[in-house]
Amino acid sequence: MDVLPGVDPRAPLLEVTDLHVEFRTQYGVAKAVNGANFWLSPGETLAILGESGCGKSVTAQAIMGILDSPPGFITKGEVRYRGIDLLTLPEEQRRKVRANRIAMIFQDALSALNPVYTVGFQLAEVFRIHRGMSRGDAKKKAVELLDQVKIPAAKARVSDYPHQFSGGMRQRVMIAMALALDPEVLIADEPTTALDVTVQAQIMGLLAELQQQRNMGLILITHDMGVVADVADRISVMYAGKVVEEAAVYDIYSRPAHPYTRALLESIPRLDMKGQQLNVIRGLPPALTDVPRGCAFNPRCRYAKDPCRQDPAPPAYAVAPHRTARCHFFREVLGD
Amino acid sequence: MSDLNSVTAAEAPDQMSMQPRPRRGKQDKPRSLAGDAWNDLRKSKIFWVAIVLVVVVLLMAAWPTLFTSADPRDCALSRKFAGPSGGAIFGYDFQGCDVYAKTIYGARNSIIVGMVSTAIAGVIGMVVGLSAGFFGGSVDAVLSRFIDIMLAIPFLLAGIVLSSRLSADPNDDGLIAVILTLGLLTWTTGARVMRSAVISSKNQDYVAAGRMLGAGPGRLMLRHILPNSIAAFIVVLTILLGVNIGVEATLSFLGVGLKGDAISWGIAISEATGTARVAAAPLVWPATFLGLTVLAFIMLGDAIRDAFDPKLR
Amino acid sequence: MTDVVLETKSLVKHFPINQGIVFKTKVGAVQAVDGVDLQLRRGETLGVVGESGCGKSTLAKLLVGLEKPTSGSIMVRGQDMVRLKGNELRRARRNIQMVLQDPYTSLNPRMTVGDIIGEPFEIHPEVVPRKGRERAVQDLLDTVGLNPDHINRYPHQFSGGQRQRIGIARALALKPEIIVCDEPVSALDVSIQAQVINLLERLQDEFGLSYIFIAHDLSVVRHISDRVAVMYLGRIVEQGYDTEIYDQPTHPYTQALLSAVPVPDPRLRGHRDQIVLEGDVPSPANPPSGCRFRTRCWKAQSVCAEKDPVLQLRERSPHPSACHFAEIRDVVHGH
Repeated sequence: MDVLPGVDPRAPLLEVTDLHVEFRTQYGVAKAVNGANFWLSPGETLAILGESGCGKSVTAQAIMGILDSPPGFITKGEVRYRGIDLLTLPEEQRRKVRANRIAMIFQDALSALNPVYTVGFQLAEVFRIHRGMSRGDAKKKAVELLDQVKIPAAKARVSDYPHQFSGGMRQRVMIAMALALDPEVLIADEPTTALDVTVQAQIMGLLAELQQQRNMGLILITHDMGVVADVADRISVMYAGKVVEEAAVYDIYSRPAHPYTRALLESIPRLDMKGQQLNVIRGLPPALTDVPRGCAFNPRCRYAKDPCRQDPAPPAYAVAPHRTARCHFFREVLGD
Repeated sequence: MSDLNSVTAAEAPDQMSMQPRPRRGKQDKPRSLAGDAWNDLRKSKIFWVAIVLVVVVLLMAAWPTLFTSADPRDCALSRKFAGPSGGAIFGYDFQGCDVYAKTIYGARNSIIVGMVSTAIAGVIGMVVGLSAGFFGGSVDAVLSRFIDIMLAIPFLLAGIVLSSRLSADPNDDGLIAVILTLGLLTWTTGARVMRSAVISSKNQDYVAAGRMLGAGPGRLMLRHILPNSIAAFIVVLTILLGVNIGVEATLSFLGVGLKGDAISWGIAISEATGTARVAAAPLVWPATFLGLTVLAFIMLGDAIRDAFDPKLR
Repeated sequence: MTDVVLETKSLVKHFPINQGIVFKTKVGAVQAVDGVDLQLRRGETLGVVGESGCGKSTLAKLLVGLEKPTSGSIMVRGQDMVRLKGNELRRARRNIQMVLQDPYTSLNPRMTVGDIIGEPFEIHPEVVPRKGRERAVQDLLDTVGLNPDHINRYPHQFSGGQRQRIGIARALALKPEIIVCDEPVSALDVSIQAQVINLLERLQDEFGLSYIFIAHDLSVVRHISDRVAVMYLGRIVEQGYDTEIYDQPTHPYTQALLSAVPVPDPRLRGHRDQIVLEGDVPSPANPPSGCRFRTRCWKAQSVCAEKDPVLQLRERSPHPSACHFAEIRDVVHGH
């Protein structure tokens, strides 16, 4: 593979610093991402956890450079791949990085595939365009890839159309397409939300296996605390466009440091327990056009005191090494 | 911001919606969709511009003498293509008739033809489209094939046959025949649009919810499906209105439309087309009036459609 | 003897597959629901779980009368809903209402909240006299935790969770005994789900409601249900109290389904008994012979293809299970 100028192999695989994204609409400016920070190492799984509208998908789109602009604008921040800031890179080079080093899969695999071409053609196209392969070689590679994502009878199915695949199989095709150019980073945006649990288990298992084989960095964007507990190494919890807590997966589940994380964990029913009281987070997430002053979570927070309602918003306190929480009272939250 | 907190604390989980808050605060009077739509229309500039235009045209149609004292049938070949003079501010046409007076008097036939034929087409189209879409199955199959057959008939041929059959009496001015011809031949587009809109809203969950409560087909159609599928239909009708005013001229030109010395914008336009390079005024003015009228109805349709969509409020 | 409010017997719904536009010929049938026996008791919640295509949504539609069953009966208070007609059916329907899945499409966007919740009264005018209706609607809004002053707002002015509350208020309007909840929280965010689940539980206590709670989220179903029925390809494969189903499942499909649900506790990672099923659910238009699960089952033997396993108590299954080789296996708890 060709070497990009400025690549520093010692720099983190992917590092997002102080990312700000806003949407300028006729109803006002919606601040979708207000300073997101995280990093990713090879072979590691980082989960970005949050509810709809928290900015997790927009963050992914900003990293991939597929943000709809207008109305979306990246107003501040850096997205560094091995030390190079993708946001300031010329468009053509950036496209190269995007195609070769960072790939993404989406929730809705059916609409991400073109219904009028066979799956094999769409896969082969990737190789023909980016690797300059001949039709025959590209087709061979396509079959190989479908085999890798464990689609039975890959050789026959390569000439099927997307609608002939089941939901789970389509997601496999999407994964095959994303992995075609051997990316170092894979961003999976709610990859299993539309699937049944048994199929979800298959897909998550496949992703974990492929990740291990390739030592790939995986960013898993999801709202499902169960899936996260099963696969993530580290978690960034997002709320109203900010990463409010970042920690290793065991720490978050055993001792959350941010009231929002804590409340989320207490509000989900568990399969292995009966009769637990579901603690409700009252109210709704704020409108992104009208984020509360101070800590965005303060109107819904049971720990909130005066400083939480005033600017500046709580900084990312270092709770422990490699662990941060944006809460003035993280010690109390940890103590409970 | 303290305000926001207190509200949230007191009324959670019922506040802080992502949606823009409604402009009107607490209201005690019961409201209906039509009532809300009227409230909305009253504030719409487009609506008032359209209304003013429509009222002026309607006045023209009802009482042409309010606008001109000249006689549109007082023509003299000596004045052929003469420029504006006196009351004839638009000049004279190829027969030496007063273009201004003819345009004013033409409004009546054009408006009647346009509005009534569109109304007929609208009623047929709505009934056919709504029944085909709502009942589906064999009703849909029969009605849809009927629409297909209607569309396959060459329009002018059918128009000529129908119109001449309908006004066989030479003393008849042909108005009713033209209206019926247009109404009976032009409902198909509306019916198709209505049918597809009905089919898509029929499968919405709120229709299922109504059905579950035990609502009959009448309530389902009128309360749930029609209001949610009529938007595109209104647009089709407003366009059809302008088209029909024009088509009346074509029929009249072919001798099967308005007969005798009838005056309408359509006739005036088709008469003046051939000589437009010699004198533009006899073409431009009736065309302008026709254009403005169609524009007014399109704006009116748009404003009404928007007013009946609560999401745009 | 517990009070049974709803009972289905051999309920079947087959959707014909037709070919041709004008002259239709039947070429097959999608066996969406194929012989379902259920009992719902007063004040209890019966959870129905299964993956997409298992027939649980069709079952819901049959129960509330949105679809006519191909055969079988639905007994409510001793009356067979399938055979009722006209006025009697209308009255009987009042007793069984439904909360739909998607709060964004289940409310007519052109009706005010007052009209939406008041519509049941217009269709069944004998329930509340005209004069008292506005008051009744406001009381309902209050009951589900919405501001009664918002009676004149339109659905789009509410958030997803609030809209679902409106849908619940509409279902409550006719004071039914039974409410069928079809995936009522699956379109909602995690933090909002808990609000709606708690509301449903409160209303059950307050009004003595019986719920049929259909969902694909097994954790939510466990939380709210007293008894659970597991569906696969149109049939109930296992049924029992929630502890029986979740702690001692005996049908292989239930075991696979439960083992696939991730538990929000990273300490259990790698310690859970995970069964990963191969392949997809077969088409309900052409289900396998005998046991419908046998094509994906690791226990399948030749008898499974020949003999249809009945849902019944078995030697090693203390609750009804439709498997020839039913046997308890706790897959949920770590070991």
